[in-house]
Amino acid sequence: MSSLMTKSLKVLAGLAVVTGLVAGAPALASGGHAKPLLKAEFSFEGPFGAFDQAELQRGYKVYREVCSSCHSMKLMSFRNLGQKGGPFFDEKYKDNPNDNPVVKQIASEFEVAEIDPETGDETTRKATTSDRFPSPFKNDDAAKASNGGALPPDLSVMAKARHHGPHYIYSLLQGYEPEPVGLTVAPGQHYNVYFPGDLKAQWSGDAHKVPHGGVLAMAPPLTDGRVTFDDGTPSTLKNQAHAVATFLAWTAEPHATERKQTGIAVLLYLAIFFGITYLAYRQVWKGKH
Amino acid sequence: MVSEPVNGTVEGHDDPSRRDFIYIAAGAAAVGAAAATAIPLIGQMNPAADTLALASIEYDVSKVPEGGQVVVKWRGKPLFVRHRTAKEIQEAQTADVSGFRDPQPDADRVKKGKEQYLILVGVCTHLGCVPNMGGSEFGGWFCPCHGSDYDTSGRIRKGPAPKNLEVPEYAFISDTKIKVG
Amino acid sequence: MSDHPSTYSPKTGIEKWLDARLPILRLAYDSFVDYPTPKNLNYWWTFGGILSLCLGIQIITGVILAMHYVPHVDHAFDSLERIRRDVNGGWMIQFIHSNGASMFFFAVYIHMFRGLYYGSYKAPREVLWLLGCVIYFLMIATAFMGYVLPWGQMSYYGAVVITNLIGAIPLVGPSILTWLQGGFSVDQPTLNRFFSLHYLLPFVIAGVVVLHIWALHVCGQNNPTGVEIKSKEDTVPFTPYATVKDGVGMILFLMLFSVFVFFMPDALGHADNYVKANPLQTPAHIVPEWYMLPFYAILRAIPDKLIGVIAMFAAIAVIFALPWLDTSKVKSMRYRPVMRWFFVLFVITCCLLGWCGGQLPEDLVFQLGADSHGTAIGLKVVTLSQILTAYYFSFFLIIMPWIGLKEDPLPVPASISEAVLADHSKH
Repeated sequence: MSSLMTKSLKVLAGLAVVTGLVAGAPALASGGHAKPLLKAEFSFEGPFGAFDQAELQRGYKVYREVCSSCHSMKLMSFRNLGQKGGPFFDEKYKDNPNDNPVVKQIASEFEVAEIDPETGDETTRKATTSDRFPSPFKNDDAAKASNGGALPPDLSVMAKARHHGPHYIYSLLQGYEPEPVGLTVAPGQHYNVYFPGDLKAQWSGDAHKVPHGGVLAMAPPLTDGRVTFDDGTPSTLKNQAHAVATFLAWTAEPHATERKQTGIAVLLYLAIFFGITYLAYRQVWKGKH
Repeated sequence: MVSEPVNGTVEGHDDPSRRDFIYIAAGAAAVGAAAATAIPLIGQMNPAADTLALASIEYDVSKVPEGGQVVVKWRGKPLFVRHRTAKEIQEAQTADVSGFRDPQPDADRVKKGKEQYLILVGVCTHLGCVPNMGGSEFGGWFCPCHGSDYDTSGRIRKGPAPKNLEVPEYAFISDTKIKVG
Repeated sequence: MSDHPSTYSPKTGIEKWLDARLPILRLAYDSFVDYPTPKNLNYWWTFGGILSLCLGIQIITGVILAMHYVPHVDHAFDSLERIRRDVNGGWMIQFIHSNGASMFFFAVYIHMFRGLYYGSYKAPREVLWLLGCVIYFLMIATAFMGYVLPWGQMSYYGAVVITNLIGAIPLVGPSILTWLQGGFSVDQPTLNRFFSLHYLLPFVIAGVVVLHIWALHVCGQNNPTGVEIKSKEDTVPFTPYATVKDGVGMILFLMLFSVFVFFMPDALGHADNYVKANPLQTPAHIVPEWYMLPFYAILRAIPDKLIGVIAMFAAIAVIFALPWLDTSKVKSMRYRPVMRWFFVLFVITCCLLGWCGGQLPEDLVFQLGADSHGTAIGLKVVTLSQILTAYYFSFFLIIMPWIGLKEDPLPVPASISEAVLADHSKH
């Protein structure tokens, strides 16, 4: 009888697992589809992955010289650039990234808004390490007005705010392909094969062959040679996209590497704890079963 | 249900010292896990990174009229920037500090050559109230909470406060501009 | 058990002094040390202890998060990011809390299915089961309100959709909706009250858990045979036997928990919740958290708004009625050869309903062909949801009462000890 019980429970558990796996699969969608994302290898992926500091620096440069002219990054402060795991982390200033001269230098290149305490007038001062990254536009309405009515989203957590974030960013930046004949793209809009959308309404060709992707207001931001990398890395579109995707993955969760390292220690501890407790369990129950 | 073998031979001989060792080890591992968990749970109450990074401030002391004081907020606390008169400076410098509760010469509390400017954290060293300028027997500050009285150098002269008003870390970055913190 | 006499004997003077005034050590001793536990409990029984651990973890991390969280529409999202970025160890505490909700539900579902399989709801444990259902319902309410607090897009539209369910009530619905939201949309008043209630409810849950354990200790634990304890031979003392077994279960559970917290903290969440709430634009595809998906599928399976809402709440309500729907004399499905397979089908149904809840209703499960316009036709998600919903309710309302009367159960062992001995002779 027991073997029957065990067997049926095992069958049940197996079915539940299979159902669970099936539950992970998507249904066949009826709407349009973006093209499957480009395959990319990122150093920070996987349980042992960590950010490559040189690439973070390159990514920061792409962000600073290109992205930041339209996109804000309100959750980041200059001091974050010098914290452990950041692009400009220096072991010498590990206790206080605010003392890191590189970070200080970067901060001093920016002006931030301030109210003059004497006059109450709006004025600006040099940024300090504790300041947040200044936004390119005064407010969302101003940002929209300067970008054809579309609000460039804040990039702080962008890599988490999209499915497969870093891969999506990497692909999107390289996804500006020439418009297929038969697709009407409104002025100020740009066709991108990785942008999620439904192009049925703009498509005059074969109804079964609606092109991949969608249209967005952002013009292709990166081109070969757009940014000069100080470390001599060739400034290809691909390298730029890879670097900025890495940088945005880091800004989305600056503690990600620390998180994984802590996790390995925790799991090792629990594994040993489990071993000892299981032995104690066997000892206690000896002869009672 | 029970799939483990019933006979007790899997663990070898039932050695009491080995058995006790397993129990003690299991208990120790549990205590270790609890302690390791407690560290971040307690540590989270310490100042966060953004709080620690709070900016130092810069202030142009020439804005303070002679004999007057301006109160600036710094790290959530009042900062007294006082422009002392010649008489106040003289009083501060000539006072005999040997009998004071917290003896300290005035020269140690101001920057050389800038004796007219006294920069203090405006928090009474007794229990944290903000002392008022005025009402003081010694020309300095008087704390309304429990009557601590400070002189023109911010030194405690009377009342319950144990220490002088704190002089923050600051420097003159130009002739009239100070940077605090 | 109630008829189990206390064997606590205070040793030191202080213990004697306390025992005469507040016998709290005696209560703890009788409940968690000397308490007679059926000796044949398997690992499915460790989930009670695991759930207590979950509640403790959620309360401790929750109280800590409340020290840093700002319940304001302009600051909630940023304050959560500040916890993750700047608060010392905040990222860990926040990920433990958000994944902890999922782990809590994972454990409670196993606990409930275990109770269902072994008939733990049957006399004399009806009140025990009802209290468990109350806890489950409170957990849903707490989790829902907690999910609103990060004030991301999913938070916001989750709150909008769920509060609007109330609007389906005829006549008074709209007024209640306005009362619930504290305005004419989900906004600052809603966020503020959800924060308050999200803080309160876990303590209410803890109170009901005490009643749940009390009821458990009055009737004693059920066990895999479903046969009540007959003699001392059937039991072992709770400590060390059950404690160490619960310990093993808890550590394994914590390992799974850690994998989520440290290696895939966002796997159970939604990317859209990393976008700040925008009352002017709904994300393309909104779904609740995974543990609510089966109920969401039932809601959407029914085309009528009011009936859909009623069906969804009925799906929870019917669990409360379970003790009176099962007509079988035998508790454990080990000895119910027919019912066991309906149970397996029920578990699969719940999982598939969960899958349906995460899909768009008009999408296809599989394609059968195309119509004359070239549009794919096949089994729609909504159709599958309807079939599954029908089985969900039939399981409780038809199969349970009917099979209980018709089924020929296998012979039930005379006692737990006999079952354990028979089990050993197999090996």
